[in-house]
Amino acid sequence: MAINKFVRDMAEAMAGIKDGSTVLLGGFGAVGQPNQLLDGLIEQGAKDLTVAVNNAGSGRVGLARLMELRRVRKLICTFPRSRDPVVFETLYKAGEIELEITPQGTLAQRIQAAGYGMGAFYTATAVGTPIARGKEHREFDGREMVLEYALKADVALIEAWQADRWGNLTYKDAGRNFNPIMAQAAELTIVQTQHVVELGDLNPEHIITPGIFVDRVLHVPYGDPPIF
Amino acid sequence: MDAATELKPPAFQPWSRDKMAALVADDIPEGWYVNLGIGIPTMVANHVPLDREVIFHSENGVLGMGPAPPTEEINPWLINAGKQYITLRKGGSYVHHADSFGMIRGGHLDLCCLGAFEVADNGDIANWATSENDTAPAVGGAMDLAAGAKRLWVIMEHMTKDGRSKMVQKCTYPLTAPRAVKRVYTNFGIFDVTPRGFEVRSIVPGLSREDLQARTDAPLHFPE
Repeated sequence: MAINKFVRDMAEAMAGIKDGSTVLLGGFGAVGQPNQLLDGLIEQGAKDLTVAVNNAGSGRVGLARLMELRRVRKLICTFPRSRDPVVFETLYKAGEIELEITPQGTLAQRIQAAGYGMGAFYTATAVGTPIARGKEHREFDGREMVLEYALKADVALIEAWQADRWGNLTYKDAGRNFNPIMAQAAELTIVQTQHVVELGDLNPEHIITPGIFVDRVLHVPYGDPPIF
Repeated sequence: MDAATELKPPAFQPWSRDKMAALVADDIPEGWYVNLGIGIPTMVANHVPLDREVIFHSENGVLGMGPAPPTEEINPWLINAGKQYITLRKGGSYVHHADSFGMIRGGHLDLCCLGAFEVADNGDIANWATSENDTAPAVGGAMDLAAGAKRLWVIMEHMTKDGRSKMVQKCTYPLTAPRAVKRVYTNFGIFDVTPRGFEVRSIVPGLSREDLQARTDAPLHFPE
């Protein structure tokens, strides 16, 4: 039977996500964030999740809603202080959510390392700061560096612009951000796409994420992110 | 009388934020790849004429960032690291987050300009947290930029709102990176970080060397 990674509905897209999963969540602020898949995850019910994401959610929808329902045990995040992070801040002050602060480049590199099959790497970022405290240090070429581990995940939730039935993906402008590296770093990569194209319609030179990194694709033509 | 009360009302006009941004822009040559942090640094781009080709990088994966669009031309998919709407210049490109930070951490940026809470005269910078126990500290890309760019310049007010010097002998806040800053632009002057400490490049008109030192925690060195 021909390969077809498109799923019929959200329930099929979310099937099998287990309690205790580590979830990579694409997007930078509202741009490139798979909001409908997040709603699907809320509906699906998995709990005790570790979520890795740049920002800590806004208002009371999406990630913020997932946290408000006490379904997120731990957040791995670079910048929790984004627009209207009311839910996260309330939970964090009450000690009801664990926070691991990671420099943005280190987060990206940890995700990419996982996708590349690496266990860890050394970086100069954060040396001499509280974030490097207690971590292994080593000098390379005269420069002090700190050990950071790959961030392998059970699930990645991705937003794409175009997808074909093999799961080849393109992205829209700055909506690319974390999505391609997250798609590569998870056991199960679930994509929502704005547009569906025929196999062969994407220029091979322009495919950003080849289908090998993608498991399921749901067509969600929701339009543009909201303008703030 | 202690030192603070001895300070007379300033007979000089500190540089405005816009002027500070313009001074930084004047020092950026054509051809540099530059990342601008949130706050005053963002204003630097407004002072680089479009015919001087300086390529601005935004860490969410935009290389060749152009000025903000008029409201009716906003592209909701095109934001910078401060989540403001921007444009892409001719020749601009998009990359994913690991490549974007590879540009930073791999030492490919000629310059990064950041704001700061404190800069020490050995180049230490503190700009992300105001206490060890900050509730929900937010670091973003600051540590990557401070450690990774070829040059780090800081643009900041010289003093805090309550009158403390931000140019210090030792940072009191948690560091963003040690020994990273090469130059500091404040509303009082421009300073290079050298092996002997802060070296004054220029002073705002009307401020004497002594008055500048009186407003600065770290010892200043003046070219002969």
